[in-house]
Amino acid sequence: MKSLEELKALRDKMQGSVTLRNESEASTRVVVGMATCGIASGARPVLTALSNAVAEKKIEDVAVTQTGCIGLCQYEPIVEVFQPGKEKVTYVKMTPEKALEVIDKHIIGGNPITEYTIGAIMKN
Amino acid sequence: MYRSHVLVCGGTGCTSSGSAQIIEAFEKELKANDLENEVAVVRTGCHGLCALGPIVLVYPEGSFYSMVKAEDVPEIVSEHLLKGRVVTRLLYDETVQEAEVLPLAETGFYKKQKRVALRNCGVINPENIDEYIAVDGYQALGKVLTEMTPEQVIDTILASGLRGRGGAGFPTGQKWKLARTLVPDADQKYVCCNADEGDPGAFMDRSVLEGDPHVVLEAMAIAGYAIGANQGYIYVRAEYPIAIERLRIAIGQAREYGLLGKDIFGTGFDFDIDLRFGAGAFVCGEETALMTSIEGNRGEPRPRPPFPAVKGLFAKPTVLNNVETYANVPRIILNGPEWFASMGTEKSKGTKVFALGGKIKNTGLVEVPMGTTLREVVEDIGGGIPNGKKFKAAQTGGPSGGCIPAEHFDVPIDYDNLIAIGSMMGSGGLIVMDEDNCMVDIAKFFLEFTVDESCGKCTPCRIGTKRMYEMLEKITKGQATLEDLDKLEELCYYIKANSLCGLGQTAPNPVLSTLRYFRDEYVAHVVDKRCPAGVCKDLLSFSIDKEKCIGCGMCARQCPAGAISKTDYIAPGKKLPAMAIDTAKCVKCGACMSTCKFAAISKK
Repeated sequence: MKSLEELKALRDKMQGSVTLRNESEASTRVVVGMATCGIASGARPVLTALSNAVAEKKIEDVAVTQTGCIGLCQYEPIVEVFQPGKEKVTYVKMTPEKALEVIDKHIIGGNPITEYTIGAIMKN
Repeated sequence: MYRSHVLVCGGTGCTSSGSAQIIEAFEKELKANDLENEVAVVRTGCHGLCALGPIVLVYPEGSFYSMVKAEDVPEIVSEHLLKGRVVTRLLYDETVQEAEVLPLAETGFYKKQKRVALRNCGVINPENIDEYIAVDGYQALGKVLTEMTPEQVIDTILASGLRGRGGAGFPTGQKWKLARTLVPDADQKYVCCNADEGDPGAFMDRSVLEGDPHVVLEAMAIAGYAIGANQGYIYVRAEYPIAIERLRIAIGQAREYGLLGKDIFGTGFDFDIDLRFGAGAFVCGEETALMTSIEGNRGEPRPRPPFPAVKGLFAKPTVLNNVETYANVPRIILNGPEWFASMGTEKSKGTKVFALGGKIKNTGLVEVPMGTTLREVVEDIGGGIPNGKKFKAAQTGGPSGGCIPAEHFDVPIDYDNLIAIGSMMGSGGLIVMDEDNCMVDIAKFFLEFTVDESCGKCTPCRIGTKRMYEMLEKITKGQATLEDLDKLEELCYYIKANSLCGLGQTAPNPVLSTLRYFRDEYVAHVVDKRCPAGVCKDLLSFSIDKEKCIGCGMCARQCPAGAISKTDYIAPGKKLPAMAIDTAKCVKCGACMSTCKFAAISKK
């Protein structure tokens, strides 16, 4: 390392690897159902895709966590997005690709993708 | 990219309660569940709550598992990490309230703490320089080298009000300024770090070195730039193997990255650090003895002046600071002196780390702003005294400090207040004592320590402390007179005034402070031949209340001296004859008393 710029670049690169350990409560929580039903229908690649995307895109203030069975096993994998002051959004039958869309349009863009939500699926 | 981090404490406390096996178990279980690329296992430094170790923290949930055993690991992996169900039964009970899990920062132990020196302990992997860099590591060194003059660095530290955390509380900026200016034409200067933490019960420096070794390296390089030195030495106790290993790794990584060595950041500034190990002599924590020891000589102090800033290590101008002092420096540079000075009291700025020990629920490491009261530290953070006993005193400053009685429970802790009440900050050991502690015995304990550790170079310390110890022994045996008490006090002042170094000058403090606040206990030993706390064996006698005794004989079976036998007396309502103790045979071990289920045995 020969310059301060190099150090700063390394810091920016490494920062993502420790932000997970922040004590402060993230305002947005993205929760993946990871019970037996969820895992069986492919929740793990969804979870990995979500946490990778949050880290790679350096989205601050978002925690990707997991939870147990939500009770709608036929709709797994389920992803729920909790944001303060807003109603919970429940996405069902998720795939890693859909999950990335949610990150881009909902988490970054602020517009929930209605057609993936439980309301839309149950109507059909 | 890992979606979850499992932080396992690798401090000395948790390591000795088995955290290495826990890490192994996690690695095995994660592999078995095919999670090794999704969940990272990180060995960190101390979290502070050593009483509840081994400690495992799981992020992003922030679940704080305490007293984890290797057998619990499969459950944590399959339930929490795989299925997302936190294993509530293993959570630190303070974080679970009415089925809701509280963040750790909301618990009594952490709520009033303010972590500056310990900010990275328990958060980063101390053996990975990248993690230190990720939390702004070495940015302060970069800023200093590229944007500031040495004078500006010294002014910043001066303005922050940082004082030496090793105990005496000398202003750090002042120390650096003297080392920079007093010998302007010095061809060589040195920066040393005092990691010879020797006070009984103190372990904050060890925790910083184990949990965040790079912060010390970075701060020493900053000090080197400020005073014009290019060589540093860390004098660390050989009894700290984990700390030494992590320092070795840290120095190796910093050299590899070019953060130590020649031409750092291309600024032309050279700085390197080497380790020197102490062989366990307490006196080597004294600055002149420490430097004599680094030079390869027997660790003995020498008179000052000349002060180290003029003639220190190898007779060159030297700055010597304590580990915790250094741990504050990079933050002061990055956040500004005003930020640091906004914490604490008028003359004591910032925070202080205390090693809480003795009769306290949460044994461990705490960092609080200066000016926090003893009551807050003991009751709110420490969780109070176990078994409903009454607080009697807190001992600060180790063998150089004194006892603070309950009447000063609400005094804000800072350098000057502690000295005013007859104790001192010391390095930060805080030993809590309850009604079962005899203050004369405590004073004797510390004196025994200083007698052992006196290097013998000067007479007042070598012989004086020995004489003091003998007098204390006489008191605890009930053989002293009131005249002896006066003599003891006189000797204390003589030793304080005439000893060569800090060890002797402060050795009488435990006696003086207990004489000041607990004179009645001394008098009870001398005049009434009685130990009020029931500790001093020679003044104790055990007896059996024959009305309460049911004659079960449990005590007689426990007695190692065969001092208990049956009498002829049967108390009304009892079936068997009562037991009695032959005081001539009794060795006062107390085994009978702790065995008796009927509270028939008492000591006085």
